[in-house]
Amino acid sequence: MNAADKDMREAMAVSGLKRRRTRVARWLGGINWRGAVSVAGFFLLWELLVRTKAPGFEAIPTLSNALEVFWNKYLTSARYWQAWAVSFERVAYGFVVSQMLGIPLGLLMGTRRKFHDLMFPVIEILRPIPPLAWVPISILFWPTNEMSIVFITFIGAFFIIVINVHDGVRSIKKEHLWLAMSLGATPMRIFRQIILPSVIPSIAVGMTLGIAVTWNVVIAAEMIASDVGLGRLTWEGYVSNTATVVLIGMISIGLAGYLSTKLVDWVEKRMMPWRK
Amino acid sequence: MRKWYHRKRQPPVHVLENCSFAIDPGKLTVLMGMSGCGKSTLAYLLAGYISPDQGTLTIDGAPITGPGPDRITVFQETALWPWMTVMDNVTFGPMALKSLPEAQARSKAEALLIKFGLIDFRDKYPGQLSGGMKRRAELAQALINSPRIMILDEPFRGLDVMTRELMQEYYMGLFEETRLTTLFITSELEEAIFLADRLLVMGGTPSRVVKTVEVDLPHPRTFEVLTGERYLEIKKELMEELYRDEAVAAVVVQ
Repeated sequence: MNAADKDMREAMAVSGLKRRRTRVARWLGGINWRGAVSVAGFFLLWELLVRTKAPGFEAIPTLSNALEVFWNKYLTSARYWQAWAVSFERVAYGFVVSQMLGIPLGLLMGTRRKFHDLMFPVIEILRPIPPLAWVPISILFWPTNEMSIVFITFIGAFFIIVINVHDGVRSIKKEHLWLAMSLGATPMRIFRQIILPSVIPSIAVGMTLGIAVTWNVVIAAEMIASDVGLGRLTWEGYVSNTATVVLIGMISIGLAGYLSTKLVDWVEKRMMPWRK
Repeated sequence: MRKWYHRKRQPPVHVLENCSFAIDPGKLTVLMGMSGCGKSTLAYLLAGYISPDQGTLTIDGAPITGPGPDRITVFQETALWPWMTVMDNVTFGPMALKSLPEAQARSKAEALLIKFGLIDFRDKYPGQLSGGMKRRAELAQALINSPRIMILDEPFRGLDVMTRELMQEYYMGLFEETRLTTLFITSELEEAIFLADRLLVMGGTPSRVVKTVEVDLPHPRTFEVLTGERYLEIKKELMEELYRDEAVAAVVVQ
């Protein structure tokens, strides 16, 4: 092996090492350090306030406490995972049905003047009523509790999507429609290829807002009118005076909301390939 | 021809009154006037998107009743559909008219895109194109159906000066090649004279066509005409007409 060859090999080895090092550095650099510090600080402060029995914190468990209970009792508990499944199912039904009915209704109201004049006042009367105000009437109306909870969830997302789609249709640039007319498109083609895609961003906004409201509503409805679900689990924790369970419930709900938002975001990205 | 705009809870606006004009086939007619004088309204009337309150517009004697594939508009701001690729935007015309099978529509579109230097961008979305490229894509989109009349509503507004001049020269070449009957709307005097065979000047409130100038600058036209004697004569004549209103207004204010 001559000297030049050796030099080159060494150089290559060094550069390989460097590359690995920069990759680690990049990964570390990608972390939001300020964020990490504040999250750690938050949990530390919490732990501290509980341990020193600061006023108001006497009955609050620490996070480590809650995690311990979660690990020992809930991780393998069928009832806990059933709560997840039931709540998700309610949100899914309420949300999907609200989109399936709300999107066509919004489109109809946006495109048909007569239909708009007919339906819009009713929508405007019902829209300001908060979803939870529907709980009693919903229980009276629907034969099962399950149906009434799904219905309230539906209400939570329905008006939001209707209004968003309706406004979306109304704000379509007239040039976009005119151009299609001048190119000889029939009304049906204009609807499918111009109006529908124009409204997709508004549908996406309606879905994002809707899914958040849906979780709000389902949790409250479960606390009032159900014996299963994440909301119920949290409420039971309170009633039975086990605050660790309340915490487990809250964290689970937060996680569930986060997961469904991610799912909706993913769907929205698929719907708008032209937006990168 | 007369046109009012009615908007809810706002006093109606009287845009056009006693407005009359003629466009010759195979000629590039430029309509010019200050912003807000009703140039776009006139374009929309000709395209058939709106209808006049009084009077008629006719093409070879047949009244215009609505938009149709014999007339196409290139709008002030880009009207390319952002959710369609450049290729889909261009093939929309023949697909909508069912005038060509898809494969032929695509090859016709490809030929146009090659001509307009956009072939490498056929699968891009309009949002990924520059201003000048969007304008060229719109020209391809407009020309594919072989319209009889082309309406361009301040098409180069919003482009930077260099792109704009390039587009003007480019468009001049395109017109000289196709000799497509054109109504070109602009508020820029230089652009107007450079492009026009006939120049219509709008003015007054409510406005009408106040002056018609036949621009006899030679074809093929390049930017050199802008330094010629005849160009300056026409410019002077037009400026007097355009600023007369302004001057009167200024006197009144004082």
